[in-house]
Amino acid sequence: MFHWLWLIPALPFAGAFVLIIFGPRMSKKSVAIIGPGVIAISAVVTMLVAYAFFTTPPSNYAYDQQLWTWMDVSGFRPHIGLYLDALSLLMTLVVTFVGFLIHWYSTEFMQDDEGYSRFFAYMNLFVGSMLILLLGDNLLLLFLGWEGVGLCSYLLIGFWYQDPVNGRAARKAFYVTRVGDTAMTLGLLLLFTHLGTLDIQELMHRATQQWPVGSSLAVWAGFLLLGGAVGKSAQLPLQTWLPDAMAGPTPTSALIHAATMVTAGVYLIARTHVLYSLAPAAQTGVAVVGIATLILAGFAALTQWDIKRILAYSTVSQIGYMFVALGVGAWSAAIFHFMTHAFFKALLFLGAGIVINACHHEHSIFKMGGLRKKMPLVFWTFLVAGCSLAGLPLVTAGFYSKGLIIWQAKAAQNGSTAIWALAVFGVLLTSLYTFRMIFVAFFGEEKTHVEHLPGWSMKIPCVVLAVLSVIGGFFETPRFLGGVHSFSDFLSTALPAAIPGNPGGMSELGSELWVTLAFIVGAVAAYYLYMVNPEMVESLTAPAISKALHEFWYSDWGMDWLYDRLFVRPIMWFARVDKNDIVDSFYTGCARLSELFYRALRTTETGRVRWYAAAIVFGSIIFVAIVLFL
Amino acid sequence: MAIIPMNQGLLLAGILFALGLIGLLVRRNLMFILMSIEVMLNATGLAFVVAGARWAQADGQVMFIFILSMAAAEVSVGLALLLQIYHQHKSVDADAISEMRG
Repeated sequence: MFHWLWLIPALPFAGAFVLIIFGPRMSKKSVAIIGPGVIAISAVVTMLVAYAFFTTPPSNYAYDQQLWTWMDVSGFRPHIGLYLDALSLLMTLVVTFVGFLIHWYSTEFMQDDEGYSRFFAYMNLFVGSMLILLLGDNLLLLFLGWEGVGLCSYLLIGFWYQDPVNGRAARKAFYVTRVGDTAMTLGLLLLFTHLGTLDIQELMHRATQQWPVGSSLAVWAGFLLLGGAVGKSAQLPLQTWLPDAMAGPTPTSALIHAATMVTAGVYLIARTHVLYSLAPAAQTGVAVVGIATLILAGFAALTQWDIKRILAYSTVSQIGYMFVALGVGAWSAAIFHFMTHAFFKALLFLGAGIVINACHHEHSIFKMGGLRKKMPLVFWTFLVAGCSLAGLPLVTAGFYSKGLIIWQAKAAQNGSTAIWALAVFGVLLTSLYTFRMIFVAFFGEEKTHVEHLPGWSMKIPCVVLAVLSVIGGFFETPRFLGGVHSFSDFLSTALPAAIPGNPGGMSELGSELWVTLAFIVGAVAAYYLYMVNPEMVESLTAPAISKALHEFWYSDWGMDWLYDRLFVRPIMWFARVDKNDIVDSFYTGCARLSELFYRALRTTETGRVRWYAAAIVFGSIIFVAIVLFL
Repeated sequence: MAIIPMNQGLLLAGILFALGLIGLLVRRNLMFILMSIEVMLNATGLAFVVAGARWAQADGQVMFIFILSMAAAEVSVGLALLLQIYHQHKSVDADAISEMRG
């Protein structure tokens, strides 16, 4: 069964190829079959491979499929090879399955769009690149997929390219992630020059042999790879691109900017976890980045009015949780949260897409209101996903995954009380902004007339994801709730368990109770502020200081402003100054000179053939004279 | 039969060529321009024949046949163009149709 592995990324690429070449001439119906169809087959193949992985595991719980040698340059021999272990298998399952649901949803969502086949071509290309990223057995192939998803992200953010704002957002996403990618490239070069290979397993093996724990090279490599992860996963300080990326079609936001691509950084760090174990400083850096991002993005999400931007900041914040888990060494907890997050955040975006469509492309939650009665199914699925995001205790997946991370933030060896406390505070923020969004958009009186109710192709994916947002958490439960460990047991062949530290008198139950308390406080506060006593919000935001704070948080802590002043404007200024330097004036001079010649010569083009004949005669006479008399 | 001296033959060819050239340059009627070109072609052909006679080689006459067939092709294309131009512009004045200026 495992030799079918290559089909998993190949099918989406084939779909993209067919849609790019023949798509414009195909009917929407056949595009709607090919686009989601290849992803569905890919998902089925993944499930068969997963079944084989469970029943007859390959030796060492890892299967390596070498397809061909990519290049062979004096000792540098990266292969095109796929590596399947528990980690890549799990992520591949989530990507193909959620990817298929979102493709299915898009067949209806994009129905009236001119670029129907173009959309599915990009989406297929994205899924293919993402699978290469996940399955690549060396860092160079991973980097190819990494850049592939970056390209697709750019193409899909700027999908409606007629509006310059979208193009700007797409370019911003590309440039900002490029900063991280540069760091990552440097990291790859460092790893290759010192360890002589880019094959991930071999690399990790050599790293443990050659580098002692805490060696400066390992720390450098860890930080450089972290730079790449921070760019792609929209973490501090490179998170500014993700909220603007919401300019793309909503299914894109669900697939790329919530469920899959933005978690590539998490995957990269989990994949190279051996390296981070050798570099405690870099690992602490991961935790600090994560915890800072999750708090800052939580505050930013509180002040947004655009439903998609709320969800974008929420994504940034939730990936912060995953980084915290990676930072404290709870590898499987990070992947667990990746999985549940993929389910509920994709669902939230799909729901938001339906709502935005129904309200005539209105993005502001304050202009929606009362959608609960008009769209009960959307409301209930949205509520389930929102509860899962906020971490409604006992029943939702988000509670289990986030609770595990928060407990590990305290209990793991690298954990600390400060990180734990901030993570619990993050739950309060999450709960507050989630229920603010739900209460404002779905309750209260109706403010926009609702039409364009969704059809079944949009509803079924929502329902499936809603079910997964609930049951997805039962694979891994705390000890006092059954102590199921099937998720971490499955991943234990690829990722080591967290090293227990000193929880300092805190028990797992205590940590979960704190999380529950934070959830309840957030939810009740949202209920009180937005349902019972809305005047209070106004009185809270009225004073100048809170207005300024609101403005500050709304602009994502002024990061865009800062980067604009710090980088964009100086570079633009330099470009303007540099435009007329001495080298350039030389080339401009050449152009001017030839233009002068052109003007002189074009006057001889009179259009009178007799003049031409005379010129030929004159020229011939001169030539003959030269030959005869010189 | 007395052999015509080459000098005289070439002189005649030169005079004919000059006449054709002058006709080409001063005439404005496209019909006459075409005819002038014919005269020039035949002058060249004459020069070839005279040279062939001087060195008793057949090459000169072969070249003349080439020129003759080329001239036939030139005339057919030229006349066709002339007709088209007349249809389009109601004129065969070479200076009147000078739209293709730079």
